[in-house]
Amino acid sequence: MPPGTLGRRLPPAVAALALALAVAAAGGSAPQRTAPRTAPRTAPAGQTTAVRAAAGDCTPENMTRSVPPSADQSGTKVRQIVQRGRLIAGVDQNSYRWGYRDPVSGRFEGFDIDLVHAIAKAILGDPDKVRFMAVPTAERIDAVRSGRVDLVVRTMTINCARLQDVAFSTAYFQAGQQVVVPGTSQARTVDQALHGRTVCAAEGSTAQEELRRNPRGATVRLVGNQLDCLVLMQLGRVDATMTDDALAAGQMAQDPTLRLVGDPLTAEPYGVAMNRADTDLVARVNQVLTDYRNGPWQRSYRTWLQPYLGRSAEPPAARYLP
Amino acid sequence: MTVTPAPGGAPAPARPRTRLLRALGTPPGRLRLAGLVLAGLVLAFGVTAGWQTVRRAQSADAVVERSQPLSQDAAEIYRSLADADTTAATGFLLAGGEPQSVRRRYEQDLDRASQLLARAAARTTASSDSQRWLSALNEQLPVYAGLVETARSYNRQGLPLGGAYLRFASTLMQQQDQLHPDDPYRAHGMLAAAQKLYEAQTGQLRRDYTGARAVPWAAAVLGTLALGALVRFQIGLSRRTNRVFNPGLLAASAATAAALLWLLAGHGAARDDLADSDRHGAAPLRMLDQARIQALQCRGAENLNLVARGSTTQYAERWDSVTRQLAGSDGSGGTLADSLRLAAGDTEGTARVRAATADFRSWDKLHGTAAASSDDGDYQAAVDATVGQGAATTDRAFERMDHELAAAAAHEQRDFEAAADHGRGALSGLAAGTGVLAVLATAGALLGIGRRLAEYQ
Repeated sequence: MPPGTLGRRLPPAVAALALALAVAAAGGSAPQRTAPRTAPRTAPAGQTTAVRAAAGDCTPENMTRSVPPSADQSGTKVRQIVQRGRLIAGVDQNSYRWGYRDPVSGRFEGFDIDLVHAIAKAILGDPDKVRFMAVPTAERIDAVRSGRVDLVVRTMTINCARLQDVAFSTAYFQAGQQVVVPGTSQARTVDQALHGRTVCAAEGSTAQEELRRNPRGATVRLVGNQLDCLVLMQLGRVDATMTDDALAAGQMAQDPTLRLVGDPLTAEPYGVAMNRADTDLVARVNQVLTDYRNGPWQRSYRTWLQPYLGRSAEPPAARYLP
Repeated sequence: MTVTPAPGGAPAPARPRTRLLRALGTPPGRLRLAGLVLAGLVLAFGVTAGWQTVRRAQSADAVVERSQPLSQDAAEIYRSLADADTTAATGFLLAGGEPQSVRRRYEQDLDRASQLLARAAARTTASSDSQRWLSALNEQLPVYAGLVETARSYNRQGLPLGGAYLRFASTLMQQQDQLHPDDPYRAHGMLAAAQKLYEAQTGQLRRDYTGARAVPWAAAVLGTLALGALVRFQIGLSRRTNRVFNPGLLAASAATAAALLWLLAGHGAARDDLADSDRHGAAPLRMLDQARIQALQCRGAENLNLVARGSTTQYAERWDSVTRQLAGSDGSGGTLADSLRLAAGDTEGTARVRAATADFRSWDKLHGTAAASSDDGDYQAAVDATVGQGAATTDRAFERMDHELAAAAAHEQRDFEAAADHGRGALSGLAAGTGVLAVLATAGALLGIGRRLAEYQ
């Protein structure tokens, strides 16, 4: 090969790797990373009036309203799942404490995974009748729309843009942007943690938007995903990280010297995403969540999140469409 | 003020010139001049032939002893680093189940890279650009190793932060140094620096090849002129004296002709052998280097796709694009086909590349099986089909392919060395030989003319 051949061949591969590396651990799935889609899919008439109404005049105030709960199992989608004998759930393999595949046992576990098991138990009578599919952040909506998965439980924030494409259950967790600092930091407030410091955020994340809106005197360093922020923080290249508290819990679980500073800066409700045509499944999942909010939710929270989020949280109240 | 012209000033300096002109007018004078011109031409030929031969021999030595080994070392540095990165990802996937062989391979890669870096640094001029790429690599290698160890220990605790560290290390290797984004020699990552080093060394190899294969025109022209002048002078002489031979001049002509023939034959043979060493050695070797590196990139993409645990499709796309470069879209093109073409007429080389191509096909098939498992959500089956204990893993297929390509590369390296040594051999003794012949020819010419001069006294 003449001089430079390596060079000519490499850059695309290198670029691809770069991108890939950037996206790879986006398991954390900071909300609103996917570009909003504008072309809404037309749902079959009559079946989804309520869902369509929700998408039509969506505001941050009413976006968490979902289809009223129902234990009825005679709908098309739920019947299909029962006949198949397995629930196909799109999850994350990479988000510690939320959806994570233990490399030793090979089992999926986390706060999101508990909810999937609860849904399988309600519909199929067995919490283990689940097939987990790892879905990349950017493919969550496609996976639901194409029917490759029945539902996605993957730290997915409910917002109006996404409601154009998918249906959401009622909110099952309330997350918000927070600032994480190393244990050595003297900062007591968000402003102290950020002013004159370098803060890390994932590119395209809500944290980036929040810092653009109000930088609080900080220099922003953008990386592919929030776990890269933890690497940079451990290597002493950034002073703080802004991410949502759900992902912050995952960071603190891996590095006990970290701590949260101040209160959440935003409100981001998580929901279970399903196909807009599957109103029966949305209603069934909302029924599961009604029961889940009283007991199982708190148990799951204590197991996976309480040690790190350090507050005795309660699930957000369910809100339904009229 | 009175200016007194020097008495007889004008005629005085003219006297030696007139004497010289008068001397040249006589037959012995003309003979002396001819003798000077002939001797001068033959000596000039000898000196030029010797000088040009020495220059080319030095370039040929540089090809064999310096630039080709350095260029191959640079390719090997690149390969070791890329291999370390791929192997680190393999070990990472196996986590606690990492067999010793994988760990050893990673360590050997790092050892080999640092040995070659030290060797290259010792052989490279201190002020050169190569030296700066080398020192960048020397600084980055321990940082990279540290990041990989951090990734390993987090991974063994089952923490996804290990994956983030591994990707950070791999980014340092493949794409950018996030710790030194402002240093131009480090900013684009280690493989980019290794690439620059390789380009610099390969450029030097090209220059040395060109230098070694340049035709010695000046010597050839001077030799032809000297021989022509000797022949012409003897023809004129035999007409005037009716003597057919002047032994001295005849010997001078023979020595000049022999030197000229040796010069042309020696350089011609050296040029052919060096061209051969490039065509049947260095060029196929470069193509094989590239095939090995592309195979490594495929392997890296395959592993990192599993490390990323389905959170991105980028590595799968990278696998597709690099395998197309390596083997074409139908498995029978790309760098492997180019390597086969360059190995044409070489039984061992051809057999090795064919075997490597067959290994790639079975690797590709196994990769398809693993990818299908992964798409079905059966992550463990995908990992097992990739780096598992069984015989039918993509890892084994890759190892077999790499083994064949390495053997083919070693074979081409031997071919290169044999042909290049032959080429160097063709030049050996040539400088001294043409020098001696030229001195003999000069002596012969002077003796021959001296003998003719004696006839006038």
